This record gives sequence, structure tokens and C-alpha cells, in this order.
Amino acid sequence: MIHPTDLPEKPVSIEKRVDAIQSLMQERGMEPAAFIDEFKQIVEERWVAENGARVVAKAWTDPAFKQRLLANGKAAVAELGLSMPQHHRHLVVLENTPAIQNVICCTLCSCTAFSIIGLPPDWYKDLEYRARIVRESRTVLREIGLDLPDSVEVRVWDTTADTRYMVLPSQPAYSKGWSEEALATIVSKDAMIGVARL
Amino acid sequence: MDGMHDMGGRQGFGRIRFGPNAPVYHQDWERRVNALYSLAVRQGVFNMDEYRHAIERMEPRHYLAASYYERSLTGLATLCVEKGLFSKKELEQRAKGHFPLALTIGPGRVNAEDRERFQIGDKVMVRLEHVSGHVRAPGYVRGKCGVVVGISPSYPFPDAHAHGLSADDEPTYDVGFQAQALWPDAADPATVHVGIFESYLIKI
Repeated sequence: MIHPTDLPEKPVSIEKRVDAIQSLMQERGMEPAAFIDEFKQIVEERWVAENGARVVAKAWTDPAFKQRLLANGKAAVAELGLSMPQHHRHLVVLENTPAIQNVICCTLCSCTAFSIIGLPPDWYKDLEYRARIVRESRTVLREIGLDLPDSVEVRVWDTTADTRYMVLPSQPAYSKGWSEEALATIVSKDAMIGVARL
Repeated sequence: MDGMHDMGGRQGFGRIRFGPNAPVYHQDWERRVNALYSLAVRQGVFNMDEYRHAIERMEPRHYLAASYYERSLTGLATLCVEKGLFSKKELEQRAKGHFPLALTIGPGRVNAEDRERFQIGDKVMVRLEHVSGHVRAPGYVRGKCGVVVGISPSYPFPDAHAHGLSADDEPTYDVGFQAQALWPDAADPATVHVGIFESYLIKI
């Protein structure tokens, strides 16, 4: 970790800082240890990209569901038993087409619809992605492997309020006729962020 | 505030460390920090706007050098101290060393008195204002014109909610801007959409 030499004091290690706050929260009766275990389970089992993948697969196979999803994302995902935190009051689902590529970001912090598409990957939270994706979207997408022809319109969505976004990727031609369960297995978190096509 | 956190459009950054299906966490303490901050929100110690603003108030050199989860830890610790849960001294005694917190909070503000409702298709401008407290309009759209493409339900007004002020909830609007109008001659062609609170907008 780099700390500029002109800062008055070098911080103690991050692990010691985390231990300190956890022990004080324990003393104040907040029971952090139990919640750390519970949270691990929530992250690994409930806030997973497989949720969003199910939503996408359903939208590909059920046109009426897709219409409801595009009209009101939060209500539509609730049909599949999926919920969002109370402060996420709206889910906007952005449909890709052969001519449109949507991509989501959060330049001010790192907000996502984490209960639907999973917690954001490391690079999404890095300063590089936050600084560059709004200004150099095509360049960034090309650098990370998505080289779009000029004919494809890029639409970037910066998550600056508590409305959340997810990308509905285009269904790849090779998967026509597959079952919903099989389709869900090919939908990645990256595709729902909009930095990859399937 | 015009802080270090307002990253959109800043230049000089290099390649993104992208890998397909990249991990969320790299070390165990990151997972613990994520849980501890979430626990504090669940127990009502602070709200999300207070949390975001606490991170924004980090000393700028500390902000830039810290990883995402170090920033989260600093926001959490700062608010626990400010809310009186424990003191900075107690934290430093436990940690046996320097525990940097964010800098002090300034005044917030309530909704704009002259705010108005917008409809899809309306042409709007982001008010040309400089806010010293919490604000959720990124600097890159300040004074810029765009078109309303979506309307969201009402949310707590962050400029007040982060500062313990009471204010009316208000809708946010997804406003589309042309990247080449935001950064003339220096942006890839794209439409950049930003979720903007009603108080930040005027109709043109």
C-alpha cells in the first residue's frame, strides 16, 4: 500500500484496523462475528449472478415476461422470488440488440444491483473503470475484449442514484431452442454489466 | 462536494485490470469489512447516504491510495466515531497505531424550492451549482444539457439525508447526455445516462 510521505502518520496495518473495529462492535453488543458468517452465506448463496442469469433466460423464452421486465424490473424479478434491498426502489433493465450495447458503472462509488447480478467484480470498483468508462467507453470495451463496430451504439449508465440497472444481453444464435435452465448457464455477470457479449 | 471520489471522466488512468468472471474479494479482511458495514446499516447506525459521504470526506491522498474495502472501512469507522459508538482513541488503542478517519462533515442542504416535475423526452440542464456537502450529481454533467429517458420513484434527498436534515423525498430521472458534448473532441461517441435528482435539474 502506497502512502505519501507527507501524510502526518503511517496507518497501522489494515488487518489491525479491521480487528480493532470488530472488537469494539462486539463490545457494544452488535454481534459482528455471527453476522460475518451470516453475510458470507448471503454473498455466496443469495446475492449471486445466477439470479440475474435466471431472469435473462426467462426473458429470452417468455416474451410476456420480457415486456414486464422492461416495464418494471423490480416487480418482474419478484415473480422469480428475487428481492432487492429496501433502498433499491427501482430496477431498470437495459435490452441489448445487435445495434445497441448497454454498459453499467458507478463513477462516484461502486453501486450495483448486487442482489440480482451479484456483488461487483474487483475491476468494477477500481478507479480506472470509474474514471474511464463514461468518457472512453469504446476504447475501454475494446481493451477488455469487446471490440464493437462503429455501427453499434454504446449506451453507458452511471448508477448515481439508488435506482439500479442490469443489462439484458442478446441471446446468442447457437442457443435457440434451448431450455430456460440451459440458457441460464451461459449468462455471465460480465454480460449483465455489459462488458461482454454472449 | 468536488472531491476525489468524483472520478467520472478523469484522465491519466491506465488499463483496467480486467479478467473474465473476476473475484469480488481478494483477502479475508475485505469480506469482514463488507459484512461489518452492512451490519451497521442494518442496525440503523447510519444510512447509505451518510456512508457514501463519509467515504467522500476521506483525505484525498488517502482516498486515492486506499483500496475499495479500505475506503469502506474508513467510512464505517468514521461514522461509528461520529455517532458516538466508540472513540478514535479507543480504535487506535485497539489497533495499536494510527487509524486514519475521514475529515469533518460540513453543512448539508434541503430540496430546491423551485424544483419541478419532468416527463420523458424533456430537455433538461443540470444546475450549475457547487455543493460543499454530499451531492449525487457527478461533476462531469454540471451545467450540461440532456434528455430525460426514464423516471424513478422518489428517494430520500441525499444532500439532506447524508447530513441528518429532513427533506422531501424526490424522484430521480435517467438523463441521457452525448459523451462528445460532455467532453468535446475528447470522448468516444456514446450516450451517457446519469440518474439525477429532481432538485439538480432545470427545464430548458
